[in-house]
Amino acid sequence: MAALTLTIDGKPVSAPAGTTVLEAAQDAGIRIPTLCHLEGVYDVGACRLCLVEVAGSNKLLPACTTQIAEGMEVWTDTDRLRKYRRMTLELLFAERNHVCSVCVSNGNCELQALAWEAGMDHVRYPYQHPQLEVDQTHPLFGMDHNRCILCTRCVRVCWHIEGAGTKNVAGRGADCRIITDLNQPWGESDSCTNCGKCVMACPTGALYYKGVTTGEMVRDRSKLEFIVTAREQKQWIA
Amino acid sequence: MDLNQLLAIKEKELASRKPYTLRVCTAAGCLSAGSDQVKKQLERAVAEAGLSEQVEVRCVGCLRLCCQGPLVHVDPVNELYQKVGPETAPALLERVRGGAPPLEKGDLQHPFFTRQFSIVLANSGVVDPERIESYIAADGYRALHDAVIEMEPREVIQAVMASGLRGRGGAGFPTGLKWSTVAKSGGARKYVVCNADEGDPGAFMDRSVLESDPHSVLEGMAIAAYAVGAEQGFIYVRAEYPLAIRRLRMAIEQARRLGILGSGIFGSPLNFNVELRIGAGAFVCGEETALMASIEGRRGTPRPRPPFPAESGLWGCPTLINNVETFANVPAILRNGAEWFASIGTEKSKGTKVFALAGRVKNTGLIEVPMGTTLRTIVEEMGGGAPGGARIKAVQTGGPSGGCVPAELMDVEVDYESLTRLGSIMGSGGMIVMDETTDMVDVARFFMEFCKDESCGKCIPCRAGTVQMYGLLTKILEGRATARDLATLEELCDMVKHTSLCGLGQTAPNPVLSTLRFFRHEYERRLRPERHVASAVQPVTG
Amino acid sequence: MDRLKLATVWLGGCSGCHMSFLDLDEFLLELGQRVDVVYSPLVDAKEYPEGVDVCLIEGAVANTDHLELLERIRRCTRVLVSFGDCAVTGNVTAMRNVLGPKNAELVLQRAYLECAQDNPMLPRAEGIVPALLPKVVPVHEVVPVEHYLPGCPPPADRIRAVLEALLEGRAPALEGPQLKFG
Repeated sequence: MAALTLTIDGKPVSAPAGTTVLEAAQDAGIRIPTLCHLEGVYDVGACRLCLVEVAGSNKLLPACTTQIAEGMEVWTDTDRLRKYRRMTLELLFAERNHVCSVCVSNGNCELQALAWEAGMDHVRYPYQHPQLEVDQTHPLFGMDHNRCILCTRCVRVCWHIEGAGTKNVAGRGADCRIITDLNQPWGESDSCTNCGKCVMACPTGALYYKGVTTGEMVRDRSKLEFIVTAREQKQWIA
Repeated sequence: MDLNQLLAIKEKELASRKPYTLRVCTAAGCLSAGSDQVKKQLERAVAEAGLSEQVEVRCVGCLRLCCQGPLVHVDPVNELYQKVGPETAPALLERVRGGAPPLEKGDLQHPFFTRQFSIVLANSGVVDPERIESYIAADGYRALHDAVIEMEPREVIQAVMASGLRGRGGAGFPTGLKWSTVAKSGGARKYVVCNADEGDPGAFMDRSVLESDPHSVLEGMAIAAYAVGAEQGFIYVRAEYPLAIRRLRMAIEQARRLGILGSGIFGSPLNFNVELRIGAGAFVCGEETALMASIEGRRGTPRPRPPFPAESGLWGCPTLINNVETFANVPAILRNGAEWFASIGTEKSKGTKVFALAGRVKNTGLIEVPMGTTLRTIVEEMGGGAPGGARIKAVQTGGPSGGCVPAELMDVEVDYESLTRLGSIMGSGGMIVMDETTDMVDVARFFMEFCKDESCGKCIPCRAGTVQMYGLLTKILEGRATARDLATLEELCDMVKHTSLCGLGQTAPNPVLSTLRFFRHEYERRLRPERHVASAVQPVTG
Repeated sequence: MDRLKLATVWLGGCSGCHMSFLDLDEFLLELGQRVDVVYSPLVDAKEYPEGVDVCLIEGAVANTDHLELLERIRRCTRVLVSFGDCAVTGNVTAMRNVLGPKNAELVLQRAYLECAQDNPMLPRAEGIVPALLPKVVPVHEVVPVEHYLPGCPPPADRIRAVLEALLEGRAPALEGPQLKFG
């Protein structure tokens, strides 16, 4: 594959053709915030946190799905991008019921971490307070829709790493829900293999191991990494 | 099927024409006013009067002045009768006998009709949409024949390019360029897709074309398939158009039976089949990548572009997606020549545009005008102005993605660029007239509510942003908002516009931005003063 | 040297932020030299005075008393600090909002009628027991606020960083993990 050169934040970077801007940035040690991106599953460009400015384009482009081009000039951390990222996070916090103080993922949450990184000290939009359910019917795992940000990582992991196809998205707009099979209680699922990959993939406290309490939910993403590396690079990593 | 057979069908059809024709509009508008009963009563009256050899009662498509339906056009006297009821319809036979039927006559000399220039709607109201022979008698499928027999695919593309035709779905992308890209994309399999999802509230242009002249769309798609190298076509039509769906099904079946769709069309190497795919009530499925996902049986949500469908579309194959009206223009372009088409319209926007004129205007209905016609001509001359002599305030174009043009600027020539310069868009053709009783903030909120309800939910700015913008607009309408709230709304509009994944979110702020630009006072007069002000200065003690 | 006039209140909060405030330990002695605590649950003041420099507001706005007090606080104070997650986001106090427009009635019924063992009765005392607001909101949805101090509770060192900045006439600049909710 031909290697292309581009600059990211003024820094010259080179990467093979076909690489995404996000991958090229990661390889060069440049951090672009993401939420719907998960190593090993295809990217959907949904959260819009990874939007970058590209010279010559008046559109902001999602780094996770945009392929690099020769001579591309990318800016990842401008005032405008920081403003939009903060607004995106505030919209998320206002959309559902994210009460960090009583959440199993308090302190171990990607949404929470992105918020303080972005300097979010409060949410300027009115909280919507939708009434959402908690599904505790599965013997091992719980799903709290109050904390779900609809990143669909659980869905993609279930379909493309485990291959079970249990999790899906139903509804439209703010009425979207992550559902199990034909919108059944998780405990009644015929297709769920109890592998727990969805729980591993979840960035917030929406999916969790039953029995953990506030702040105790810790994830081991390395298991997902292990499977993806085995599959894509035909290597077992210790 | 070869040219001789095609011409024979045409001749036979023309020979069967009778001295008098009563063309009854059976498109959705007139149908909902009972025109099917009108047609039945007319047929009965003709039979009873023994006039079956003299009078043809033909079901046709849209006769344009929808507000006056049911409409019946009488040939050869060229008279239009409006508000024809099933009981009064038989009186039309008076006209055949040389008398004057006691029925309301439409004024065919009114600018509403005389200012129209029919290309897309040329057959609408003339041919019977349920009979392919009627279409062929109007030179239907001649262009397809000539294209596949006498032209190379690249010559077809050149013709479309030279015509200057631009996508009629709203974006106005040069059609020839799109066809050329698909033609040049590599791959054994390619697709042609017709976007008939027409979701804009108040828009009924595509619906009318499909109900009135479905074959023109099929012919356009077949020509496109030949040009780009596709063998399979899909028409994605919204489920809320049952009549259009029925007529499309009939048209496809009739075309297949005559060998005009299928293998070896007109004896050429072109194979082309068309299937329908019916929508399920989602506006977002009018967005091309969501539409393709829906055809593939997946959840109808958009995906980032690039890659564009021309490169990678249905099942990863190069796919040509065009709007109904775009395809409907193609046969005429090939029949009459690219220069002919390019001689109509403005420098950058060639040809005509179909508009669904609605709202506070006397003459609501379907119009097709050359690009470059001014809004004032359309609304005041053709539309007859607002009922009751009310003052027109604004004209909304482009549906939930568009904006309002204030009355003072109605001399704008309607074309892609000039409407965009005014903060609106051409859109698919919805045109809603508003008068002094219209509350512009309410208009903005109406469209925001629509976008909020139709958002697919995939990306955060649209899913959550439309909810917040709707909340702010409601707060403003209810007099509870302050200047800070208005500033928050404007900030959100900017963010949602620039960060949303697809056109739905990207254009959802347009009605707000447009009404703020031209009617800001309607927002500001509703604001209440801040009760408190935060300190600008830090305490300096201790 | 003018001492900073400091006030603290707890509205719809658990007072945990105030306990965290007390965790300032020895710094409280230094603070005592530099501020006048003119109103606080920790001192004996009956009425919120005028001319307050800084007020730390704990708790969400949940009943009519909170609303009244908050309006007075804003009028009489130069700098407001939303103190703790309840004030900044609504937090646990606002969780009743999900029950819909009748959430106030529902929680009262559940607490005082359904779960009561003896003498189930809704508390009612005109002029004494304030009415619950139909929606619990963070402080900044009622009055503009100058600074935010998130946390549940904010740890003492975070509180100290904010107080020190205000004492020195600077705007507090919390960043990174110091902004963590929860």
